[in-house]
Amino acid sequence: MSRIPVSAMIGLILTAAFFLTAIFANVIAPYGLNQTVGDVWETPFWSAEPSQYLLGTDNIGRDLLSRMIYGCQITIFLATAATIVSFATGSILGFTAAVLGGWVDQVMSRIVDLFMSLPSLILALVILSVMQVTLPVLVIVIGLLDSTRVYRLSRAVAVDIVVMDYVEAARLRGEGTRWIVLREILPNALSPLVAELGLRFIFAVLFISTLSFLGLGVQPPLADWGGMVKENKEGLVYGISAALVPAIAIAALAISVNLVADWILNRTTSLKGGRGA
Amino acid sequence: MHPILKLVAQRVSLGLVLLLAASALIFIGVELLPGDVAQSILGQSATETSLRNLREELGLNEPALTRYFNWLFAALQGDLGTALTNGQSISKAVGERLGNTLFLAFWAAIISVPLAIILGLIAVRYRNRWPDKLISGITLSTISLPEFVAGYLLMYLLTVQFRVFSPISTIYAGMSLGEKLSAIALPVMVLVLVVLAHMMRMTRAAILNVMQSAYIETAELKGLRPFVIIARHAFPNAVAPVVNVVMLNLAYLVVGVVVVEVVFVYPGMGQYLVDHVTKRDLPVVQACGLIFAAVYIGLNIMADVISILANPRLRHPK
Repeated sequence: MSRIPVSAMIGLILTAAFFLTAIFANVIAPYGLNQTVGDVWETPFWSAEPSQYLLGTDNIGRDLLSRMIYGCQITIFLATAATIVSFATGSILGFTAAVLGGWVDQVMSRIVDLFMSLPSLILALVILSVMQVTLPVLVIVIGLLDSTRVYRLSRAVAVDIVVMDYVEAARLRGEGTRWIVLREILPNALSPLVAELGLRFIFAVLFISTLSFLGLGVQPPLADWGGMVKENKEGLVYGISAALVPAIAIAALAISVNLVADWILNRTTSLKGGRGA
Repeated sequence: MHPILKLVAQRVSLGLVLLLAASALIFIGVELLPGDVAQSILGQSATETSLRNLREELGLNEPALTRYFNWLFAALQGDLGTALTNGQSISKAVGERLGNTLFLAFWAAIISVPLAIILGLIAVRYRNRWPDKLISGITLSTISLPEFVAGYLLMYLLTVQFRVFSPISTIYAGMSLGEKLSAIALPVMVLVLVVLAHMMRMTRAAILNVMQSAYIETAELKGLRPFVIIARHAFPNAVAPVVNVVMLNLAYLVVGVVVVEVVFVYPGMGQYLVDHVTKRDLPVVQACGLIFAAVYIGLNIMADVISILANPRLRHPK
């Protein structure tokens, strides 16, 4: 813990900045999310004749900086919620499968196999063609589709832990499945799961952005970064870079979380056995 | 029966079972979800009579299981039904578009597979030195890019800033191969960028794994040049995992194509699917879902079969 590599440090600082922006969006943003302030696609600060708006305005004259800040809030909020759903369901089901074993394990694992044998984007598109696209639906669909990966990981980790003496001891003193899953296995499986957390979060960010970009994610008047790329994409051909600002923000968020996750992964896997710490 | 044949047969039949289950998931799973197709086509203001008529017309009153088997058998005979939105045959539309999509994916694969393997070899040769670090750094950032971000960044750079390509990749029947290739240059570049990183990193890991073997040390002590060791001694033994990696990424390519097609307005399966999800045209969505699932599962089966065949221990049973 004494020495954090430069890349992880950059990742940590950027990730913290993104999260702070998301939390304090309502305080920082100079204008409202849907407040029209100027002309269509006014120029940003790096152009030859900058307008008064730092990042310029979007396709219907809203301040792009304010929209980016609110978009940060929605993107990060949705991704965090989806990650929580996927970890809660994936890890609890995975641990339960490992503890109970037998046909419960078989049934759950084969269902997960089926879901993982299909590309999640295609599955999400099929599901969203029937369901009304609302924020809770998005969170649940993305969270559940992603929980299959968490399930596999937590089951694999828990299978190793279930055979430990202390689990045996807990069983012998008559503890129930609930206790064994939450009090014996969860604390000991935490370290590999934490390393996975970052990767799942990035996956959720990219997934939500992609769906919104395709017009099947966050619906107007709300907007996340993927939706903003979609709104401003027509301008790109005329040399208006407004669509690139949210695009780069998505990439920056993903890369910075990746840098942190990579570092945690290296730390936990370099320790012998991976869960010594 | 030869054990290897048995293994392959097992794997293929498992794949077919999986595909059957997937088709059931796509068809029946969608039926079970809350939401009414007739309602979503006609909107909230629809009268009860018109809803009932439409349900009758779409055959929604029959039990889901009957409709599933009718749908599945028709699909096996190449009849995917008709689209709700324009009443045209889905099979015909899919026929044209699937060709376009495979054309795009084919060229992306032709470029990215050798490139990924060569870059992987270079990264292993110079591991922990600057070429390895450079390649790793770049691939780590391209992994974090969603397809549409990579698409628009490249589009902005190459069509607006440096006017090398045209931003829209429309291809149609009368075009010559050369014209088609120049039209799809940008989407192919994006796809290559997206799959290259994964493929290269996994290739590197597979070869590094082999590099720890004793016979590699022997080869080093014989005084062979590092590149010869990697190419002649390490690579042949890493072929099975590398082929596996390549196939898995080709399967991924098939999905990445969906987004890239939308970005470049390319007339393929992905755009067709996304368009009809927005219009809530369920038969088209189910048909496209089935085709994507079939291609994806098919490539995964091939990956497993090839790695079974590439394993010499299974070829010469004791």
